Amino acid sequence: MSALTHKSRHEIGALPSPLWAHKGEGADRVRGSAKPIFSWSDMSVRFEVNGKEVEVEVEPRMTLADCLRHKLRLTGTHLGCEHGVCGACTVIVDGAAVRSCLLLAVQAEGAKVVTVEGLSNDADLTPLQKSFRKHHALQCGFCTPGMITTAHVLLSEEPECDADRVREVLSGNLCRCTGYIPIVEAVLDARAAYQPNDRTKDRA
Amino acid sequence: MKLPPFDYACPTTLPEAVQLLASRDGDAKAIAGGQSLVPMLAFRLAHPALLVDLRKLADLRGIKISEKGVTLGAMVRWRDIEDDARLDSAHPLLKAAIAHVAHYQIRNRGTVGGSIAHADPAAEMPGIAMTCDAEIAVVGKSGAHVIQAADFFQGALTTALTSDEIIVEVRLPAWPQGRRWGFKEFARRRGDFALAAAAVFYDLDANGRATNAHVGVIGVGDRPLRLAGVEDVLNGQVIDEATIAKAEAATHAGVDPQDDIHASAAYRRALAGTMVERALRDAAA
Repeated sequence: MSALTHKSRHEIGALPSPLWAHKGEGADRVRGSAKPIFSWSDMSVRFEVNGKEVEVEVEPRMTLADCLRHKLRLTGTHLGCEHGVCGACTVIVDGAAVRSCLLLAVQAEGAKVVTVEGLSNDADLTPLQKSFRKHHALQCGFCTPGMITTAHVLLSEEPECDADRVREVLSGNLCRCTGYIPIVEAVLDARAAYQPNDRTKDRA
Repeated sequence: MKLPPFDYACPTTLPEAVQLLASRDGDAKAIAGGQSLVPMLAFRLAHPALLVDLRKLADLRGIKISEKGVTLGAMVRWRDIEDDARLDSAHPLLKAAIAHVAHYQIRNRGTVGGSIAHADPAAEMPGIAMTCDAEIAVVGKSGAHVIQAADFFQGALTTALTSDEIIVEVRLPAWPQGRRWGFKEFARRRGDFALAAAAVFYDLDANGRATNAHVGVIGVGDRPLRLAGVEDVLNGQVIDEATIAKAEAATHAGVDPQDDIHASAAYRRALAGTMVERALRDAAA
């Protein structure tokens, strides 16, 4: 139980709630036997990243986030908490925003993955990026890739979303600089670019 | 935190998945959405020798609605429940509860079966399964069988599921038109696990009195609870302010929460009562 610190228990996202910590049986049960007999080896995985087919050799335990960063050098995907709480590592898998630290790279076999790099181009800022800039929606920028990927999917699916919905969706993305207000404003202001008649939206 | 090492298999049929789970002397674990299991791996609270990925088992993905009730395939995601407009009438309590599950990104991956198998005492889906007398259909090496929710949840993160068994579907009994219901949850931040939540429903007899009352709470014990004492208070009564006050008092008597860093036992007990009270007000409104 000591592996789970007070801080991590407090920052519960996908983690177990703290209640069970009173009684050890649950954890003992899922812990299974401690015998260190492993025969893992690298596996070959193919998937699509930002429109390009890739094939990588990964250990089964490698998360998609680490695979993107270390194997594919797509370091735009940031890793904050590495246990599904902060949202910084959000990428788009088969059209859905997901936490890439909670997805194994081997589980992405055959998937279409879009990272923050896939939502930008070298020519110009996208409407969503412009809106973040205009509204000063980032300071240190660490959480921004997760904000952009999450907001992109939200606006693509729900171009009419209101401030409450934006706040609800972004509640899974932690920002320690901005206080969220400029981020929410930036996302709301970018809605215009996602309207069905005017799909000059980000490349994805 | 990097994950501990494990082998990985991605079977395409249920029998194959069961065989794989049975192959490591209890040291293999099924992974569905992974939204609880992967953090458990990251914290070394679980380190199975083999993960058996259920993602290719397409038969586990559907939501079926019939006169018998709502059947949720084990691989149905929270997102699928949110998006299914049929459930607004077929099971409004389920829909209301699922709206409280975690965050947007997690709702895109997290599954019904995964949540039931994980059995977090503050999670919504186990609470709905308990409150609604769900049947949990499982398959293992000894074949298929059905476990009643009341028998399934045995403690914190502890269930009746054996190491070779996979949850196939969760069956919620039919939801009659006109049923009264309410769901209330309190968490410090949206998407966090509940400090306490209550799910209630009852039907009305010809005289406008409650029958078939079901009251469930989460976050106040080592597993989701049904509160028979509160149901006794409600059955046969008109659900008015006086009855609701009695139900709240019965909730206080019916739960035995523990102190932890988030809340004292007394606070959780009071909160459970308040959640039941507010859920009943919604139901009666």
